[in-house]
Amino acid sequence: MGSITLSKVSKVFGAHAVIPSIDLDINNGEFVVFVGPSGCGKSTLLRLIAGLEDVSDGDIVIDGKNATELPPAQRGLSMVFQSYALYPHMSVRSNIAFPLKMAGEDKAVIDKKVSDAARVLNLTDYLDRKPRQLSGGQRQRVAIGRAIVRQPKAFLFDEPLSNLDAALRVNMRLEISQLHQDLKTTMIYVTHDQVEAMTMADKIVVLNRGRIEQVGSPLDLYHKPDNLFVAGFIGSPRMNIVSGPAAAAYQAHTMGIRPEHLALSKDSGTWQGTVGVAEHLGSDTFLHVNVDGGVGTVTARVSGDFAVTHGDRVFLTPDPQRVHRFDEKGLAVR
Amino acid sequence: MATLHTRSAARLMIAPSVLLLLAWMIVPLAMTIYFSFLRYNLLMPGMEEFAGFTNYKYFLTDPAFFQAIFNTLAIVLGVLFITVVGGIALALLLDQPMFGQGIVRILVIAPFLIMPTVAALVWKNMFMNPVNGLFAWIAKLFGLQPFDFLANAPLMSVILIVAWQWLPFATLILLTALQSLDEEQKEAAQMDGAGAWSRFIYLVLPHLSRAITVVILIQTIFLLSVFAEILVTTNGGPGTQSTNLTFLVYAQALLQFDVGGASAGGIIAVILANIVAFFLMRMIGKTLEA
Repeated sequence: MGSITLSKVSKVFGAHAVIPSIDLDINNGEFVVFVGPSGCGKSTLLRLIAGLEDVSDGDIVIDGKNATELPPAQRGLSMVFQSYALYPHMSVRSNIAFPLKMAGEDKAVIDKKVSDAARVLNLTDYLDRKPRQLSGGQRQRVAIGRAIVRQPKAFLFDEPLSNLDAALRVNMRLEISQLHQDLKTTMIYVTHDQVEAMTMADKIVVLNRGRIEQVGSPLDLYHKPDNLFVAGFIGSPRMNIVSGPAAAAYQAHTMGIRPEHLALSKDSGTWQGTVGVAEHLGSDTFLHVNVDGGVGTVTARVSGDFAVTHGDRVFLTPDPQRVHRFDEKGLAVR
Repeated sequence: MATLHTRSAARLMIAPSVLLLLAWMIVPLAMTIYFSFLRYNLLMPGMEEFAGFTNYKYFLTDPAFFQAIFNTLAIVLGVLFITVVGGIALALLLDQPMFGQGIVRILVIAPFLIMPTVAALVWKNMFMNPVNGLFAWIAKLFGLQPFDFLANAPLMSVILIVAWQWLPFATLILLTALQSLDEEQKEAAQMDGAGAWSRFIYLVLPHLSRAITVVILIQTIFLLSVFAEILVTTNGGPGTQSTNLTFLVYAQALLQFDVGGASAGGIIAVILANIVAFFLMRMIGKTLEA
């Protein structure tokens, strides 16, 4: 139905290899998230799969058929763009119907599919409006509607939530996850936001400078990062990375400990430091502690009722079971 | 402009320029209306007398008048058609990435910078001349009889020359509009299975509709009063075959010395232009609102 295989896919712009060489398997029905800092090639990779860019080398196989040379329309994929890319002069109805019209579908079939999609996406009341009369979230849903009417083999999302405000983003995140549960269609989702990646994905692909750093389920990546990059990228707030003598105490060149795996105490512990900034979120408090002895600033998560303020002395103890150890090259030691 | 005080102050401030503009417009108009009711011939100075609607009667019943109306419309519509269709085609071509894009764009814009009399003379003497012209040379190359454009198809020749001059303007406006088309929309249409032609019909043309209206509006204003091109090429002839309303008024006033009749013609031209403007504004109002 919707399995996609990339083998040795590369993309070169002039002399600059944006994507040196990537191998990746995406199984049917999976929700795969490409995540990485901006400029890491995740959007380019998505556009290569969509067919909007030509691959420089390698093969893209969709459903067992080599699609490397196929034009975008014949790959059976739908894409939701960052700007939604709705056709501004067409009504919502015509926007959603456009791919069906281009496929030469029957008028009655089009009407039925459009009204079905509109019902699923709660757009029935807005079918005769123009895109500019809609709110950001509604536009987003129209773009999704336009993508689902074609019943594609896979959906491609290119940072679809980055133009929405924070509250709406959480909502749409849920809606897209729900949609994936309902449709069971393969989805490939590009984002730079690791929270989106963690919450939505079946499988996360962490990209950095055009290379895949690690592929795995969200919890795999959280618990067993392969290298320093993944360790620092996944998780919020970021993992504390400490090197030098403090790390040597844990038999590692560099050690990593997540803020939530530091035990705090006012009496005793492994590290001692002064509280810098305390961010109170209510349920939790994030403490930025300047630890003595060359460890540097460490972020720790404590429960909201742990009463310390700026300048207080505290003790921190990393949970030895949860310490991540890395060698000189930044690779994980297990 | 929030308070009553600032609003009246603002009115006071703009009053001088409004009054100046009003005088600028009203005085010539009033004088033309006044002249149009006089028997006023330059060959008989000092013998002006009130003539009632006689000037209008003569101008409206002149066989050349209907020919001139037809020619005016033919020039406006013909040039609009050529420039809009040609302008879209050229804009689409110039939008493609190609070698020497900057130079090509400047070359395309060049005709707009040439003054109308010069452009018309170049066309008359270097292209359309039946003996020395480029077209005659091409015809002879194929063993054909050279075609005397200005004698046999004067109106078409004038339309061609004027269209050549206005094509860059249309191209320029349409090209900038084309470049503002969102790249992601084109890609979305591509994903949706729209071919190049469908993308043009469903995406590019609707996007250009506003620019096309602007082109039509601005060009109509100028094309209603085409004059220099006619004067230096055909002189309105043969007969009145390439005389438009502007040229007819000119002929009445300065070739027949009949200022009264020409003024009447001028007023009629103003009325006709207003009728055109009325329909144009309604049409354009609809597109610009959308």
